[in-house]
Amino acid sequence: MKKVLLLAVFTLATAVMYAGGYRVSLQGNKSLAMGHTGVAVVNSESLFFNPAGIVYLENKLSISGGAFGVFSNVAYQNESTGVSARTDSPVGTPFYVYASYQATDWLAFGLAAYTPYGSSVEYEDDWAGSHLVNNIDLAAIYIQPTVAIKVNEHLSFGGGPIYVTGSVNFNRNLSRSLSDLDGNRSEVTIDATGINAWGFTVGTMFKPTKNITIGANYRSEIKMNAEGGDATFENIPDSPLTPFPDSTEFDATLPLPAEMTVGISYQFCEKWLFAFDYNRAFWDVYDSLDIDFADESIPDSKNARNYKNASIYRFGLQYDATKMFTLRAGYYFDESPVQSGYFAPETPRNDSNGYTAGLTFNVSDSFQIDASFLYIHFKEIDASYDYYIESGQSAPFSGKYKSNAFVPGLGVTYKM
Amino acid sequence: MKNTIKIFAGLIAIGLVSCDPEFENPVDENGFYTSGDANLTNYVAVGNSLTAGYADGALYITGQENSYPNIMAQQFALAGGGEFTQPLMNDNIGGLLAGGQQVFPNRFVLSADADGSNPSPVRLEGTPTTSVENSAAGPFNNMGVPGAKVFHLNANGYGSLNPWYGRFQTSQSASVIEDAASLNPTFFSLWIGNNDILGYATNGGDGVDQTGNFDPSTYGPNDITDPNVFAAAYSAQVSALSAGASGGVLVNIPDVTSIPYFTTVPAKSIPLDAATAGAVNAQFAQYNDVILPTLVTFGVITPEEAEARKINFSAGVNFPIMTDDDLTDVSLVLQGPPANLPPALANLLGQLRQANESDLVVLTAASVLGTQPDPSNPLGIIGVSIPLEDQFILTAVEQGRVSAAASAYNATISGLASANGLAFVDARSALADVAANGVSYNGGVLTSTFVTGGAFSLDGVHPTARGYAFTANLIIKELNRTYGATIPMVEIGNYPTITLANN
Repeated sequence: MKKVLLLAVFTLATAVMYAGGYRVSLQGNKSLAMGHTGVAVVNSESLFFNPAGIVYLENKLSISGGAFGVFSNVAYQNESTGVSARTDSPVGTPFYVYASYQATDWLAFGLAAYTPYGSSVEYEDDWAGSHLVNNIDLAAIYIQPTVAIKVNEHLSFGGGPIYVTGSVNFNRNLSRSLSDLDGNRSEVTIDATGINAWGFTVGTMFKPTKNITIGANYRSEIKMNAEGGDATFENIPDSPLTPFPDSTEFDATLPLPAEMTVGISYQFCEKWLFAFDYNRAFWDVYDSLDIDFADESIPDSKNARNYKNASIYRFGLQYDATKMFTLRAGYYFDESPVQSGYFAPETPRNDSNGYTAGLTFNVSDSFQIDASFLYIHFKEIDASYDYYIESGQSAPFSGKYKSNAFVPGLGVTYKM
Repeated sequence: MKNTIKIFAGLIAIGLVSCDPEFENPVDENGFYTSGDANLTNYVAVGNSLTAGYADGALYITGQENSYPNIMAQQFALAGGGEFTQPLMNDNIGGLLAGGQQVFPNRFVLSADADGSNPSPVRLEGTPTTSVENSAAGPFNNMGVPGAKVFHLNANGYGSLNPWYGRFQTSQSASVIEDAASLNPTFFSLWIGNNDILGYATNGGDGVDQTGNFDPSTYGPNDITDPNVFAAAYSAQVSALSAGASGGVLVNIPDVTSIPYFTTVPAKSIPLDAATAGAVNAQFAQYNDVILPTLVTFGVITPEEAEARKINFSAGVNFPIMTDDDLTDVSLVLQGPPANLPPALANLLGQLRQANESDLVVLTAASVLGTQPDPSNPLGIIGVSIPLEDQFILTAVEQGRVSAAASAYNATISGLASANGLAFVDARSALADVAANGVSYNGGVLTSTFVTGGAFSLDGVHPTARGYAFTANLIIKELNRTYGATIPMVEIGNYPTITLANN
């Protein structure tokens, strides 16, 4: 029986991880283990996946929290020049905390904090694509008070406002070759913290039969307006021909796109649960990353992105193996929002397959340990970013990229 | 609990299978690029300042790092190439000290007024820290010696004449070629001979064409080397370097007309209004209308020469007047009867003519033309009333000598390449193409235009790092063709051009 269990984990561990762009789909260990499905699943992580679900939770109080270690790697090479590079990115640590409270039989409240967007990519300084990015660190924390109402045993609604606080730090070289007297490459760092914005989430859950649940959730776009951030220039030649100040302020806007999810779950043979989610991420709002420097002598930086809306297909399976263990596995296919010719090394995301697995260990009736693991596989891709302009002329940056990521996660759930 | 452990172990195993993303065919894996029939484990480069990585009128660290041999060696490393050592300078200032005295100047940088106007090359201020005495001894893989002519490389004891070699010679009696051969190169490049014509050319032909003189010990610094002397020295170098090598590459000599030192200052450079032009012409009326016809009458000069020597200014931009040492020197004749001119005036007119479209005015003439050397004499203007000295103009006759010698050298170089089965790089054609049409690269066009063209540094003679990268690509391409290798070329847009800095 033990062998069978182990086998089940492996066979189901087909695929799941990051979504395209800088979306980080890691909003719960239980859900991630099932391919990051959850819009039609009721569990302690429903505050994110579908706030309408919390009103169906069996316990008066349900608290879940956890974190992940994101180990992501990107390799780059250009066969016509022999140049190669590898990222040495710091380990990302997205987290989540969910607390749901059943006020009455038909009314539930909740409070959630999670990190659905972020990016941390670090190349070796002055690498071949350093005029596009040396390193970037993007973080956003969503805080979401929630209310959910049960209309009847078949239908519920939920939602709430989202308050976002975020930060961005980005460094790149000013051009492919500008350097100071000693050959140090001229570079710019932009840094903004405490960027705040508001959005909302709404969801509904419909249970036509005892075994089937259908869910839908919409999370709004949130525009992160960095105003008065710090831009620092270094290794600038000491010349009136390169009039960069040591520092200035900048304004920039980064959209955190809206996401629509619909899905279904089906409970069968008592102990098994199958879930399917379809995500549509409305990335087309990310048209261009424009950095407007306060110092008028510095030309504004316009970086075409031209993302397209993208879909993600998620599949998950859960098996209540024993009283102590619940096993999960899943797979997702994540379509990249990056269009041909816009493949920038700061978010080198092509289509990917995510493979997930995990389990819950019921320590007691009220305490659970949730663990998950995600491996994201990207195919090797020939890609280029064609919109880098130097002296009025386009200088495409092209090559082969190969990425992967593996993400172990651990969390706890307390119920009473 | 045992279950849990097993399952975790299983999950961790999945994770560790592929921590690092791997390409199907990684470029940094052995065998992706090949060196063909060439063995690149020990590459030695021999030559002059171009091989050393000299730029902006000086040798400095970042310039050396972007020397074409060093760029090539980095690409060679992808196909079995080994370490490549260079006699690195001590700083990025560029000057050289010997015995506590500065014997070579600092590098040029592009300086500008506070509002960014009037950009112009100036020497960087500062005290250099590289001295002949504190430099590490060779031999180095890069045996480029600034200033070396072809026969210098074979000369024992050359280090006492040229501190650029003296600073890393292996002994007082060493020669560049012996030091290079002592490294037992498996592959070599040789680019030498530029200085055998360049000193003559950059000094406006103020030297001697030594064609026919087979004794280089009698040559002056600005003389043209005899083509037979060139061939003998060059072929000895090819033999010495190829003795134990799997192959090598020979690079020929570009035309001087490809480099901005000769193409930046226009031949017509003297702006005059109609009144001034008329006044100046009046000054030369007697010379044009009396003296020159008289000299023809007496058979001192031909009617053609008299025509070429006439001075005539008009409203607009004019050719400067100049001294041409290929004209008949009439200064003594003019001091005698019937002219009986005073010596000063006779000397001024002795080899006088006005420049013409076929003259090349050198870069350094820009700071002299139109100036007034004697503050007390407002009428003494260089190019108008004072002839521009011969050293500032490479005349058509002088250009002919330079190009005749260069053609002879280049015939020797290509002949030795094919006789020895070596790769041959036609740098002459490639640089002529850069000068005439420009060469496109990813994100730009490389031209020979001074300051802005990208190919040439602020001394107007030596390439920029980008120009050297272009050169490295030329050589890699021929190496690949000759030896069946697949060395990748570099992206030249990633290499810098001129350096902006204000003192």
